[in-house]
Amino acid sequence: MKYLGITLAKPKIGVFGFTGCEGCQLQIANNEENLKDLFGLIEVVNFREISSEKRGDYEIAFIEGSITTEKEAKNLKNIREQAGILVAIGACACLGGVNNMKSRFPLQDVVKEVYGAHSIDTGPVRKVREIVSVDVELPGCPISKPEFEWLVRHLVLGIEPQFPKYPVCVECKQRLNSCVFDMGMICLGPVTRAGCDAVCPRNRLGCWGCRGSSEEANFESLMEILREKGFSEEHIAERIQFFNAFSGN
Amino acid sequence: MDIPVNIKIDHLARVEGHGNIKIRIENGKLAECAWEVVETPRFFEVMLKGLSIEMTPLLTARICGICSISHALASARAIERALKIEIPKPAQKARLLAKHAETLQSHALHLFFLVAPDFLNTDSVIPIMETHPQVAETTIRIKGFANRASDLFAGRTTHPIVIKVGGLTQIPRKRQLRELVKDLDATIPYLQKAIDFFKPFKMPDFARETEFVSLKGVDKYPFIGGDLVSSDGVCKKEDDYRAMTNEYIVDFSTSKFSSLSRESFAVGALARFNNNYDLLHPMAKEVAENLNLKPGIHNPFLCNHAQLVECMHVIYEFREIIAELIDSDTSECASSYNVKKCEGVGVVEAPRGILYHYYRIDEAGKIEKADCVIPTGQNHANIHYDLHALVEELIEQNKDEKEITRLAQMLVRAYDPCISCSVH
Repeated sequence: MKYLGITLAKPKIGVFGFTGCEGCQLQIANNEENLKDLFGLIEVVNFREISSEKRGDYEIAFIEGSITTEKEAKNLKNIREQAGILVAIGACACLGGVNNMKSRFPLQDVVKEVYGAHSIDTGPVRKVREIVSVDVELPGCPISKPEFEWLVRHLVLGIEPQFPKYPVCVECKQRLNSCVFDMGMICLGPVTRAGCDAVCPRNRLGCWGCRGSSEEANFESLMEILREKGFSEEHIAERIQFFNAFSGN
Repeated sequence: MDIPVNIKIDHLARVEGHGNIKIRIENGKLAECAWEVVETPRFFEVMLKGLSIEMTPLLTARICGICSISHALASARAIERALKIEIPKPAQKARLLAKHAETLQSHALHLFFLVAPDFLNTDSVIPIMETHPQVAETTIRIKGFANRASDLFAGRTTHPIVIKVGGLTQIPRKRQLRELVKDLDATIPYLQKAIDFFKPFKMPDFARETEFVSLKGVDKYPFIGGDLVSSDGVCKKEDDYRAMTNEYIVDFSTSKFSSLSRESFAVGALARFNNNYDLLHPMAKEVAENLNLKPGIHNPFLCNHAQLVECMHVIYEFREIIAELIDSDTSECASSYNVKKCEGVGVVEAPRGILYHYYRIDEAGKIEKADCVIPTGQNHANIHYDLHALVEELIEQNKDEKEITRLAQMLVRAYDPCISCSVH
């Protein structure tokens, strides 16, 4: 394929799912209109959810899900050895995601609740970057398909992707949405990284923070506003911990 | 066939989630045959403990990347039944449209992306997009409509935003509804093309007598709530779901298995078709006739055809309901509620079959205990025993290893398993 007279490499890609719902993988297959163009830019050599082809010569690996067993950690390390570029996709891979909620309880109690005395292989919830080095993190629960396509264009052209540093509030205001704070809801839009086109506030639900923290997020001011609006500490904490997105803040 | 056969398919492709097929034939006899589910569990029932009910449908949607709308609906319904919340009529209708959009999206994904490559001898849909431009156009049109309808009624296809306890955060404006009707009308001819495309594919000739479990429709083909029924004559109330699911643990699967009157049972499009055929839309019955499909089918491969029939049903019912919404006052989209100590069950027909959520809620409105029983979890045992029966038949017919491998994979795919979801 040529772009501006330059022949583009058609990188071989692999998509791999670990502990998660496979919803992010589905997004890759879900924007049907652009699918032919997208698959024209890359060569899919390993994508179990939609293809029986199972080759090991991928150059870019997309990793979905968090890591919860040693077997998964080992597989991930093998993928890292092969892949020139490793991209973590979605909240589970980038942040631990909702999976992390099980960490509120001791592991043996977690297993006992669901499987009784039966033993099952599971461990603490780990982000992809806790096991291997990650070149790019594509956030979201689920990832946004336009943003995935945008990222692929960057990877194919060899340009470093620059994710928005500003918060969801900026995109939300650009769309002239009514502020969900004024509707009496909690919203993490002021501290969450933009790029989702404010999809939740646009649908009248306060932001959940699935894309992680924006840069230089002002948590103190957010907390002040939330308390001023009368939300309880417990309510706020539940919201902030949902995707494990702000554990470092 | 006296040469030993050892088939081991790790992480079967073109299904959601991680499952293995293991078949061992010695001295012309089936020595071992298993459908192993190796998906890593996430422990949603544990995650839910202590969560406030308002956040519960948002968390449980994340059980599944394909049927997240069904999970949010079953979850909200369980809470609403526990707290005796009556949701506004327009919200009930809009929820059913979100459900229909998901069914259409999910069935189209399964048929075109996961099943069609088996009949066109390709690894995936990617080459089909090049070699069969008309099929590509049909896929784009049907899935595209389903995704646009999901965006409108659920906020998006995966992990819905608008479904909340008490109703919905919003109902689309009349102008948006009218635009979607045009989109829908333009999509119907493509559904006919989809049927014409799939009809010539010969589904493998195999049947094993099976018990089929689904919702029991009263005056409509059932999708949300109601009594539970099995083709062996068991009938239970929604609250009594455990008497239908009877989950148990097996060594070779991280998902639980289920049984009812026999060693296994099946749920999904074929179960709904068999148990509720009379309630299908006349246009869907026409598709069934065209495909020579009559209720009482015990060939699991025909689940693919039952999905085509259901696609036609949901699109025509979608059109009727959206017309009702256009003609009614849709300003009321949610009911308010007070929390109390209570418990409740919510059941819906997810694309892959009947789905149950149960919660016990404390006086502060937090989840004390949760139980989610997933369609594919209920199907695993049936897949497992179907595999046995299929392979035994294929041995009788002197089929070689390649053919056994091909058909075994196609059998599992016909159930459209959602394995991550079943393990949750």
